[in-house]
Amino acid sequence: MTLHPGRGFAAINYPIGMNLGGDPSQALVHSNPDGKFTVALSSIDLGQGMKSVTRQIAAETLGVPVEDVYVDTADSDTGPHCMGSFASRGTHRVGNAVIQAAKEARAVMMEAAAEELEVNPDDLVTDGKGNIHVKGAPSRSIGTGTACAAAQFKQGKTVSGRGIFLVPLSPVDPETGEMTPVTCFAHAAMVVDIEVDDETGEVSVTQMNSAYELGRALNPKLVEQQLVGGAWMGMSHALWETTEPYYPDRSHGPIDFNDYLMPGPGDIAPHHISILERPAPDGPFGGKGPGEMCANPVLPAVANAVFNAVGVRITDLPITPEKVLRGIRANGGAKPQRRW
Amino acid sequence: MIEFRKDLFRDERDDNLNEIGKPTQRQDMVGHVTGRSPFYDDHAFEGLLHLRCLRSPHHHARLRSIEVRDAERSPGVHRVILAKDVPHNLNTLLSLMGFGLDDEPLISGGKVSYKGEPVAAVVAESERAAYDAIAKIRVSWEVLPHVLDVEDALKPGAVTVNDTYPGNTFTYHDKYDHQKLRFGDVEAAFRQADRVIEGRYQMSPIEQAPTETCGAIAAQENNGRFVCYTSTQALFFSLGTAAKLLNVPSNRLHFIGGTVGGGFGGKVDSLHEPMAILGCMLTGRPVKYMFDRAEEMQVGAPRGAERWYLKDAVGRDGRILGRQLTGYFDAGAYTRLSSYAIHKSTGHLPGPYTIPNVKSDVYCVFTNRTPSTAMRGFGITGVDFAIESHMDVVAHEIGMNPIEFRILNAYRDGDMKAHRRVAKNTALIECCQVVSEKANWPIRDDFRRMASSEGGGVGEAGRVPNYTATDQNGLVDTRNRGIKRRPGDPERPFSMPGTIPPRAEPARQPTPAPTYAGGGPLPGFAPTPGTGVRSEPRPSYAPSTTYSPQPVAPAASVASTQPTPASSAPPTPNRTGPNRFSSSVSGLRRR
Amino acid sequence: MARTPIEFRHNGRDQAIFVEEGSNLLDVLRRGVGDFAPKYGCGQGTCGCCTVLVDGEPHLSCLTLAETVAGRSIETTSGLGKGVELHPLQQAFMDNFAAQCGYCTPGMLMAAKSLLDHNPSPSRQEVVEAIAGNICRCTGYEPIIAAVLDASSRMSGRRSA
Repeated sequence: MTLHPGRGFAAINYPIGMNLGGDPSQALVHSNPDGKFTVALSSIDLGQGMKSVTRQIAAETLGVPVEDVYVDTADSDTGPHCMGSFASRGTHRVGNAVIQAAKEARAVMMEAAAEELEVNPDDLVTDGKGNIHVKGAPSRSIGTGTACAAAQFKQGKTVSGRGIFLVPLSPVDPETGEMTPVTCFAHAAMVVDIEVDDETGEVSVTQMNSAYELGRALNPKLVEQQLVGGAWMGMSHALWETTEPYYPDRSHGPIDFNDYLMPGPGDIAPHHISILERPAPDGPFGGKGPGEMCANPVLPAVANAVFNAVGVRITDLPITPEKVLRGIRANGGAKPQRRW
Repeated sequence: MIEFRKDLFRDERDDNLNEIGKPTQRQDMVGHVTGRSPFYDDHAFEGLLHLRCLRSPHHHARLRSIEVRDAERSPGVHRVILAKDVPHNLNTLLSLMGFGLDDEPLISGGKVSYKGEPVAAVVAESERAAYDAIAKIRVSWEVLPHVLDVEDALKPGAVTVNDTYPGNTFTYHDKYDHQKLRFGDVEAAFRQADRVIEGRYQMSPIEQAPTETCGAIAAQENNGRFVCYTSTQALFFSLGTAAKLLNVPSNRLHFIGGTVGGGFGGKVDSLHEPMAILGCMLTGRPVKYMFDRAEEMQVGAPRGAERWYLKDAVGRDGRILGRQLTGYFDAGAYTRLSSYAIHKSTGHLPGPYTIPNVKSDVYCVFTNRTPSTAMRGFGITGVDFAIESHMDVVAHEIGMNPIEFRILNAYRDGDMKAHRRVAKNTALIECCQVVSEKANWPIRDDFRRMASSEGGGVGEAGRVPNYTATDQNGLVDTRNRGIKRRPGDPERPFSMPGTIPPRAEPARQPTPAPTYAGGGPLPGFAPTPGTGVRSEPRPSYAPSTTYSPQPVAPAASVASTQPTPASSAPPTPNRTGPNRFSSSVSGLRRR
Repeated sequence: MARTPIEFRHNGRDQAIFVEEGSNLLDVLRRGVGDFAPKYGCGQGTCGCCTVLVDGEPHLSCLTLAETVAGRSIETTSGLGKGVELHPLQQAFMDNFAAQCGYCTPGMLMAAKSLLDHNPSPSRQEVVEAIAGNICRCTGYEPIIAAVLDASSRMSGRRSA
């Protein structure tokens, strides 16, 4: 038995948002009398952090502390229409809708503050800590809560805003496939290190190194969650998962987690991630969407690493020990390739 | 281990924002760690009933008869639901966007086209009582021959899987049995190439496997409305689908969700919401319908299998001169979202590389298996596996460093992509460079110095080719003969997404479709005038009002340096395909 | 169907409830008691989302006959904190961002609590083994392992203080 080390590389890009557009999302923002804001959406948090990232986007745009914002989603009676959480569209589409809604609400808050301070609204700025003050004169200030209270109880203004974001639907040419699929792309490159056991055909991932370009990490911890979990899923797709192990034959399909295989906590490998941020011109604060693309480079990188380790090119996923072993035997033994 | 390369693209970013870029705690984290986050099933209901389905044991079969009397008398059973009980028992998910023909019933009554297709639903006091009753339903099946392989399904004489598409392929643009991409002339590239390298790649079907299985609970709400707690990934998508299948106005449905135990694409299909609401309409009791884990894995739609054939023309210097791709998406028995994924996939080709000649033909193929649907990376993951495996094959064959080979062919700002739009905001080269350094996989100095923003769009790389080879292969006149237009199907049903279908006719059952919209079976409230049993044609869940772009009042000017939200103004299209936007109702006319 | 009266302790409080024959503890906790913290993930004992402690030991409540817990003590994530004060494991899960969708979290926390109750200073390998029966589809496990180790060191700090 020999453990053969191997490394594989892959690079990808990923389209952000529903292909061809036509997928609007809306947001409503309003303030309590004391300047605490609610963002109403019908978007879905599947764990990706929709509630959290839209909360930060709203706070940044309104110019208030994040604690002053709460995101309420998803109730079809109160949250305006959203196409849904898929196609990496959440951050990009909903984020932009929230910016528009928050800007409208902010404008009212600033007008109210200007009236209270008896200055021009254009001369006011927010400090992000709950204060509105005159540009260059921090002492002439008013709390965001006081401004919102004044708007509602003295001036009779609703501190609220509406937002929608739509990339209009575009056509596809039947003859050439000419189209405007999306407006921005995320990018990634990855090196996966593995070991292949030439007696069992088993592949173990020993290390992953990756670079992900995702526009802007609106919340670095949420991005880290997506990338670490997504790469795990990519590794799982590459080596373990399928609903039809003998595709296209449908027999022996798993019906529980004893048969549907995924790497457990003992199978994970260290993953070193670098994040690059090239802001998307039409993304919310430049953000793209890291949620889907993070899994994609792992699949081919693992397959390429298996070839590098033992000279077996697996072209049918998943890369089971059986396939690797059959390949090694067909080649008359492991054929390690050039070490990079 | 995570690091931020703030040194890259620094001049394109403002890193001094108050909240953006901060590692703020998740809003939902306290709920998660205390077990109080309200998932759809975490709500108490008095008298909750459970709905389970009888499913086809065959890949392909006709229902000769179905006998439910014993099941109806089984202890604890409130109702057995059959195809005839579904008010509008035919749908396709993307009909909400006017894309494709209705091809899938909620409950099958004529024939089944995959193992696991529901033919009856039982609503009972407990899951156990429901299963006991299901065991008492007797079905007489006429087993039909089936087809499971995508390429077999395209052969002459293959059995028809889905009666809406007799040739076993989704029809694009009312014209072709596949989506084409044509850019330049790959045949010329193959003639000029130093090497021509081919490959075949198979992406496996994969289960989304969220820890929470798909489900919904529906209950009567005040005043003739129904509340539906759901695990959907797309609240209004599911609401619109339920409104259409059940023939009720959307404002009589109140959907609550938003806290979902993982989705990964598997919770878009909207199978549970209409079924649970129908159960509630028919029994007057709260009804829960969820997949158990076995159903989630074998009946719930997976990431579909994809088969890809690649053929590259490679020059002596390692540049790819041409790439030809043929892709087969295994949609399973019904369209769901596969037709859409193929557009997305086509727009993605030939991967993040600048290749002067590209040709692809991608087919959405129907087979007798569980319909497939979205999953993380939908339309892209499979072809990326194919492309990046093939890139490694080619690099190996020509003896080039795989990272240098990627950088050499990488797309850059200003390059013309195969779908005829100019690339911008690219960063593939930098990702390759960073990872090469991190993983200590050396590349030549000149490759280390390249940049995505430099050297792109030069000469031919920035232009649409002078000549593009086109063809009329795969016309639906020669395949898919006899597509069934039903009354109410859009006049141009295969045209672009966004073509707004005309008003739908009433449901197409041989007998008048049942409606439960406040009518007879519902105890406890009087029908709202005008919403009772309908005989008039009604508009389908109407994109014309719901989805058209709404003029939004411009926000008042805001003092300070707030970032501008991206404009949602329509981009100016370059030359585009035939005008299929015929309806002024849509508000989406090309200009 | 026959119904059996049973009594057990649930997060420190006495419960008396009728259970149907053959019903499982998960259903009884969720639909009978109204404690929605334990989750249904598979009903087959293969995912761990329904993990609760029975007399301090982790049990898969979906496979536990409800009648067998009569007279025993059940702990779930609902009872993990003291009033408004979070348990160190809960705090560590938060600080390490060890949850995304949050669906596996209540079961994961129970598996981890059982480990730390028995072995206050586990090695990484012992943590891995303790949570190996709990499936998480979002995180890739690394943050969860880090959170359990973090909680262990916080609790040992508290003990020595």
